[in-house]
Amino acid sequence: MENKTIIIGAGPAGLTAAITIASRGHSVVVIDEYMKPGGRLLGQLYEEPNGNWWNGIVESDKLHQQAKKLGVDIKLHTPVSNIEVQDGIWSVHTDVEIHETTHLLLATGAAENPLPIKGWTLPGVMSVGAAQVMTNVHRVKPGERGVIIGVNVLSSAIAMELKMADIDIACITLPVSNTVNEKFGQPLEVMNSLLHVSHMAPSAFIKMGSKLMKNDFFKQLGITFFPKNGVKMWDIPIMLRKAVTEIIGDGQVEGVKISTINPAGEVIPGTEEIIGADFVCIAGGLYPLAELAAVAGCPFYHIEELGGYVPLHNERMESTLPGLYVAGNITGIEGAKVAMCQGQTAGLSIANNLENGILEKELVSSIQHTEHTRENAYIQFHPEIAHGKDKLKLYWDEYNAAVTK
Amino acid sequence: MSQRIINHPVLGKLDESQTITFTFNDVEYSALQNESIAAALLANGIRTLRHHEESGSPRGIYCNIGHCFECRVTVDGVQGERACLTPLTQGMKVVSGGKLQTDVRDWRANHGK
Repeated sequence: MENKTIIIGAGPAGLTAAITIASRGHSVVVIDEYMKPGGRLLGQLYEEPNGNWWNGIVESDKLHQQAKKLGVDIKLHTPVSNIEVQDGIWSVHTDVEIHETTHLLLATGAAENPLPIKGWTLPGVMSVGAAQVMTNVHRVKPGERGVIIGVNVLSSAIAMELKMADIDIACITLPVSNTVNEKFGQPLEVMNSLLHVSHMAPSAFIKMGSKLMKNDFFKQLGITFFPKNGVKMWDIPIMLRKAVTEIIGDGQVEGVKISTINPAGEVIPGTEEIIGADFVCIAGGLYPLAELAAVAGCPFYHIEELGGYVPLHNERMESTLPGLYVAGNITGIEGAKVAMCQGQTAGLSIANNLENGILEKELVSSIQHTEHTRENAYIQFHPEIAHGKDKLKLYWDEYNAAVTK
Repeated sequence: MSQRIINHPVLGKLDESQTITFTFNDVEYSALQNESIAAALLANGIRTLRHHEESGSPRGIYCNIGHCFECRVTVDGVQGERACLTPLTQGMKVVSGGKLQTDVRDWRANHGK
């Protein structure tokens, strides 16, 4: 059998790993169920502090062209339904064929947490990432006027992108607090999670406020006196003291019912009003998309700072299963630049194992480079990401101590 | 009604030169070559892709990346294809799914069980 390394996921992590492995002269196959390479990177579009635009389509294309030039075999529109291992050989099942390899990298990325709200199955309700892809990748408006439910880094970044495409955003607001949505509907929790991204906010109010609010007392005060109609960011009202209780419409979205809430997230009776909109975005944040690692039998740990359950792995991006590697958002929710670094590390790890350990130096330097990129990331999805990574190291050591006993 | 974003301040002008036609529930629409079924239908103002098998409630796209399966349609006779992941080709026949029979439930409802 010709031993081609297989990578599942053609996003920033998977493509960078493919480029890294192919540049060492090894053959690589990348499989992705989407019709274009780039993964979640495709939709990204924001201005960096130096004034340059981070254009996900351009960045994806660069990676794609580089991979193609190195002879990487990229199979798009090809879902993987199962992976299994026998005698050190991994089988990767797709609709059309079964691929085999000794080195398999899972770079499957992330998916969005749903926030169930009454009326959320109406056509016109979609995840905020869906609206982003429709707008930036497919260049189709999700609607003329939208309401975004869920206040977080992703939703505020995408709100600005929709605005750039001339789509009206009525407001960004909270979901009504229920057993599933819990903290997403509590103003104080949301305010806390937003403080670390305040440098992205153009509004002097938020910037100033965030300095004051490092102190819990001021935080409570900030929420209590948070203007009922919200503060504006890119001219979009952000309403932390309002919550959507229901999405309404006959056959499709026509608007939302919204009420004022107290700092604990409870609806204040008699405050309900209706905001008209023809689409609604639900923004519950991202979680690592790790089903294939679960199917393979990787041990999992829930690490809040990383966005959910992650398969146990080390800094070399090796899982606990021989020949199985992970990189990108499957290892924790971070930006595309970190994902690329992780892809490089995973690629070097695989090449190092194929070449009897001659790439140790490069590998160590790539791990350091990842940490450096993480520390300097413009968008951080969780303020304590480094702490989450430390937890993971601890779990790795514990696990290995237990199995080698 | 077209919902296409032709001009974009950063992404530039949309290339609309390569068009194709396809049908959705036997009505012909035009689309851009290789775009997803979901994008083409939305551009044509169509949001309801199917009706729920049991409740009959209308459904459209939700995640747009193939994960939620809300956008499943029948494509050239193949059931359960995700509209958000399937690129359109010339002459493709797309059909939405509808409510299925719920005989046991109906019998129970009619017999007070």
